[in-house]
Amino acid sequence: MAGPEIKAPAFREYPTVPVMQPGAMEGLKPFIANEKIQADLNFPGPQLAENWQQTHDTAIAKMGELLGQQRALKVYLDSCVHCGACTDKCHYYIGTGDPKNMPVARQDLMRSVYRRYFTLPGKLFPKLVGARDLTPEVLDEWYSYYHQCSECRRCSVFCPYGIDTAEITMAGRDILDAVGYGQKYSNEIIGKVHKIGNNLGLPGPALENTLEGLEEDVLEDTGIAIRYPLDVRGAEVLLVTPSADFFAEPHIDSLIGYGKVFHAAGISWTMSTMASEAGNFGMFIGNYEQLRKIALRVREAALELGVKRIVVGECGHAWRVAYSFWNTLTGIGDGANDPFAIQLQSQLDHRYKQPMHICELTWDLIRQGAISFDKEANDHRIVTFHDSCNVARGSRMGDSPGGQFEIPRNIIRAVANHYVEMAPGTTHEQTFCCGGGGGVLTDDLLDLRVKGALPRMEALKQVVDGQGVNFMATICAICKSQFTKVVPYYGFKMSMIGGVHQLVSTAIRLGDK
Amino acid sequence: MNLFFAALFYFATSVLLIGVGRKIADYWRTPAPLLIPTTPAPTTQAGVVLRMLREVALFESLFKANLWIWALGWLFHVSLALVLLRHLRFFTEPVWAWVGFIQPFGIYAGFAMAAGLVGLWARRFLVERIRYISTFSDHLMLALLLGIAASGLMMKFLSHTDIVAVKTFFLGLMLFDIQPLPADAPLYLHLALVALLMLVFPFSKLLHAPGVFFSPSRNQADNPREKRHLAAWAAKLEAK
Repeated sequence: MAGPEIKAPAFREYPTVPVMQPGAMEGLKPFIANEKIQADLNFPGPQLAENWQQTHDTAIAKMGELLGQQRALKVYLDSCVHCGACTDKCHYYIGTGDPKNMPVARQDLMRSVYRRYFTLPGKLFPKLVGARDLTPEVLDEWYSYYHQCSECRRCSVFCPYGIDTAEITMAGRDILDAVGYGQKYSNEIIGKVHKIGNNLGLPGPALENTLEGLEEDVLEDTGIAIRYPLDVRGAEVLLVTPSADFFAEPHIDSLIGYGKVFHAAGISWTMSTMASEAGNFGMFIGNYEQLRKIALRVREAALELGVKRIVVGECGHAWRVAYSFWNTLTGIGDGANDPFAIQLQSQLDHRYKQPMHICELTWDLIRQGAISFDKEANDHRIVTFHDSCNVARGSRMGDSPGGQFEIPRNIIRAVANHYVEMAPGTTHEQTFCCGGGGGVLTDDLLDLRVKGALPRMEALKQVVDGQGVNFMATICAICKSQFTKVVPYYGFKMSMIGGVHQLVSTAIRLGDK
Repeated sequence: MNLFFAALFYFATSVLLIGVGRKIADYWRTPAPLLIPTTPAPTTQAGVVLRMLREVALFESLFKANLWIWALGWLFHVSLALVLLRHLRFFTEPVWAWVGFIQPFGIYAGFAMAAGLVGLWARRFLVERIRYISTFSDHLMLALLLGIAASGLMMKFLSHTDIVAVKTFFLGLMLFDIQPLPADAPLYLHLALVALLMLVFPFSKLLHAPGVFFSPSRNQADNPREKRHLAAWAAKLEAK
């Protein structure tokens, strides 16, 4: 597909709110899932759209069903007062200027339909309250703009009612799937998870091969035999990590780091072919059953391998799903009183947090003095840290609120001498999405991804120019893939992107103590 | 006119109470299947109460978002609260001491409320982004509130209304004993607009008032690892 050349927007001298450019991103559409992809997920295929009346009725019925199941959706659709607090908060609005990328406008695409079919004034006086019928054009608009949201929740930080556009986007995508209007990228990936076990479609033997190769590489590199074990029954820790860690750059450097941490601390661990994916695109498409079905693989693997602890690798949305949803979906966690969850929870070792983030594990070991570092090994790097949206605003690490910000930074400071923060207002809970999260990490949306990265790139440029930063660490597979792809558009080298455990890997003392 | 306004207020009060009551019941009954507090969030229920208090009393999130909207919005809401409390004197006999105490502040609040509304309305014209998202009903709602404030202030400062008679009317209304209402244009306007506001409350964006308390991103504690959270409809999936 030879489209117009994709260019990064210019850096703004001052980060002022961009001038509105109505229609700037109109009609942008990721590829539509074909019938086969849809069928693998038990969704109807695109041919349903040929019968409009049926599509219309199915969509409205699905919306009614979701309104009955999800308090958030109902409250959020009712509560917005159009105050405008969110209008300049979305990285896609900042990068594109398209007013429909303002969170409130994105919500209104659905709110207008909700008013028309589910509220009295919308039924009586649609014009007055901005209510409108669901038409094929409206559905197209949903498809376009609900795939220009990365579900990063930045708007929800600023909304006086906590309205989270991610919830609306998820509901929008769920309704679209119910009428056969699915997104190829996300749905194809979910199909692969069900069939093969991971997003990248790496079958078991290939995975085994990759890990063996990795062991050889690390041996050559360090002179120490570090294991990257797969499907080991009775291991203490099951590590569930995004499949990109198995071969993508720079992801694999963090995987190497996890292995070194386990090795140095003497913890027995394993990965699993069945659960060879931490990512859960069921969240992106807002479908509870898919979310649950994908998460259940981890439960099954944990039961089968008999592990005592479940640890999650560097992945933003995966950590949100693991931390916030796994206990609900699969019983991985604590404090259950039902047989389903107790079956697994009685197997787990509750002296440790379940599930645990790899950063929590590493930081605990650092605090106990169980692992140590040659910080100088990272002296060629001046490091900054990009908070990943799902970790920052949808989860936690450690014992107190905000641990998700402190722990990764503590690790970086423990393994490297030069650390620099990016501007306040672009980090911690107000962090900007990388521009590729939430199921938009696909080449057919590259234009959007490049533009959406603008605010993060501006903050990065500041510390690159000012403090000589040459490494941006992150703890998310999507952030890593997105940044390595888009930073060249902004004049940075892709090699400056990496993982926190890549830094750990560089500095950790191995040797047999 | 006495009968008309009496009927209007009985009707508006019932619509308001039943409408909002039904909405609250609906929010209450609709499950929240997943824990989605916007983090960092409090880890305890007490912490959640504090967060909610800061949100409804200080508009904490709005403060982070935009100082102009925060200042105007907060000014309007606090003034409105004072004005409403001041109006309690029309419904209580003898008037409670603290209601008597706030009377003078309530008068300033009337002006402050109008000023806040004018500021908020101006933004809908002057700021491009807010102009883009404003619907006709957003403007009408501001017009309605400003009309209420203006007609109220008019009775105080331009053409004095016999408020003792107004009080007799409302005290009577509460006992289903209809008393005469002073024949007075600003008063009629004021009461009609207030009744209209009560009528549209359960069907409009004014639902943000009860809505904020039910917002999962604000009212959930951050404790998913410690405690299993399961909605009834989701639990059924486990039985399969």
